[in-house]
Amino acid sequence: MSELNLLPLLGIVIVVFGFALRFNPLLVVCVAGLATGWAVNIDFISLLETFGEKFMNSRQLASFLLILPVIALLERYGLQQRAKSWVASIKSVTTSRILSVYFIVRECSAALGLLSLAGQPQTVRPLLAPMALGAAANMHGTLPKHIQDLISAHAAACDNIAVFFGEDIFIAFGAVLLMDAFLKENGIAGIEPLHIGLWAIPTAIAALIVHLFRLARLEAKIHHLMNEFNHCSTVEMSEELS
Amino acid sequence: MSAPITVTVETHSILSINNIYLLIGFVVMFLVVKTLQDKGHPKRLTTALFWFLFGSVFLFGDLSIELLGESLTYQWVGISVLCIALLAGLGKVSMGSYDVPSEQELNSRAQRIGNHLFIPAVMIPVVTVVCTLLLSDINIANIYLFDQKHVTLAALTLACGVALLAGWKLTSGSPLLALGESRRLVDSIGWAAILPQMLAMLGGVFIVAQTGTAIQDLVTLFISPDNRFMLVVLYCTGMALFTMIMGNAFAAFPVMTAGIAVPFLIQGHGASPAPLVAIGMYSGYCGTLMTPMAANFNIVPAALLDLKDKYQVIKVQIPTALTLLAINILLMYGVIFND
Repeated sequence: MSELNLLPLLGIVIVVFGFALRFNPLLVVCVAGLATGWAVNIDFISLLETFGEKFMNSRQLASFLLILPVIALLERYGLQQRAKSWVASIKSVTTSRILSVYFIVRECSAALGLLSLAGQPQTVRPLLAPMALGAAANMHGTLPKHIQDLISAHAAACDNIAVFFGEDIFIAFGAVLLMDAFLKENGIAGIEPLHIGLWAIPTAIAALIVHLFRLARLEAKIHHLMNEFNHCSTVEMSEELS
Repeated sequence: MSAPITVTVETHSILSINNIYLLIGFVVMFLVVKTLQDKGHPKRLTTALFWFLFGSVFLFGDLSIELLGESLTYQWVGISVLCIALLAGLGKVSMGSYDVPSEQELNSRAQRIGNHLFIPAVMIPVVTVVCTLLLSDINIANIYLFDQKHVTLAALTLACGVALLAGWKLTSGSPLLALGESRRLVDSIGWAAILPQMLAMLGGVFIVAQTGTAIQDLVTLFISPDNRFMLVVLYCTGMALFTMIMGNAFAAFPVMTAGIAVPFLIQGHGASPAPLVAIGMYSGYCGTLMTPMAANFNIVPAALLDLKDKYQVIKVQIPTALTLLAINILLMYGVIFND
């Protein structure tokens, strides 16, 4: 076996420790890049060029900035408030049910390739999170910040998990094509994207079951946290009075 | 013999990727001006510089490649990137001051406009999907409406424009007001908006430095090639862990699959490739749910939703991710071996 060269791993060590010590991630990533380049003897100018080239070529990642003006405008005219009050007008609705329905719709539409149908800036912030909050407020009254955050975080998680585990079923999705190309490159023949898509279905169903189960329990957890909070604030109030 | 003639069929498009970058550049520069005008901003100049450096990569990047060539352009972009990281790292980028209507005012506005407020928000996804499906081939004399390599992105851009106009009609708030308002959102996301691109950059450096090969070498030290179950465990958890480091399962997939799955599972034990790669990739996705490196999925939403704890989305996702990772391991072990 050839000698093990661990120097290229320097960047990974820096990333792990940098994040653990809560340095600013941009700084951590840049330092990790510089250190990796230095460890494998890339000269500074070509390292700088690699930085610039990769940064330029991944600019499409910033396209979500284009969605924000519309959302910001609608929020100025009360979109979040409207989402809350609209949900409050439906009596049978609960946080769990809203999130569960969203999860199912999102995972199924992702499996059909409709990935851009929703997302964190375009649906979770303006619609899903306020609706989930509205349903909880409907049932429990005004929510304290930590419970609001819990519900909002669950709304964001719903979107991520549903889209991740739905998208690989769609055979024209990048991940499936990447796997297909990888197998062909490595001389493994006779596999079609369709096979890969089909084998994504069991995990997709597992994700649906696991997460819907967790969402079903979320309702009880909110209830529990609210009781705890109300209890605490009553104790505080009675202490203040006495 | 005649010289070979190469014919390049170039397609032009109105919403080409370069025009979309220009548009993003203008949006960011508008925010820079707004930041400079914000007298109550605690870190006005450095925040403006931060976004100016970012915006100039979009606004001047392609032009600079044409005028100065690739090498010089990549160098100044590289320097900008380092300055951006330094500004963020030294804590010189912050929120400004914004004129936000009171909750009461918002409620009364919401009541006045009613459920119509949802229309522009819903239009973004619907118009994107419809345009992707229907308009992607539209062209006049080979000038396409959408960039043929980036149809979804072009459709999204168009949808944002249409929704902005619909919002204008509905609320009488002009697109310029909308752009100015978006500064509140962009500032609350802050450096996290740039992290995905930084990580793509780090991934590029790792490829040049052959970090993947080093990981492969390291992993093979721990492998006993006969224990099928341990091989499956190593492949799936390796995918998840490496994805957590890279923030992206696509980066981890070739390394782990070429390092463990192909030599030991497919060639060594005759495992069936389709379920192996499908479930392997999903194991990587379990990692994506657990890492701050997947900033656009885990950190940007926390900022967008004003969560106090920037890691709360990750914390909520961890139980589902770990359960699914365990299910993936068992499922893979159960289905890939034919004998």
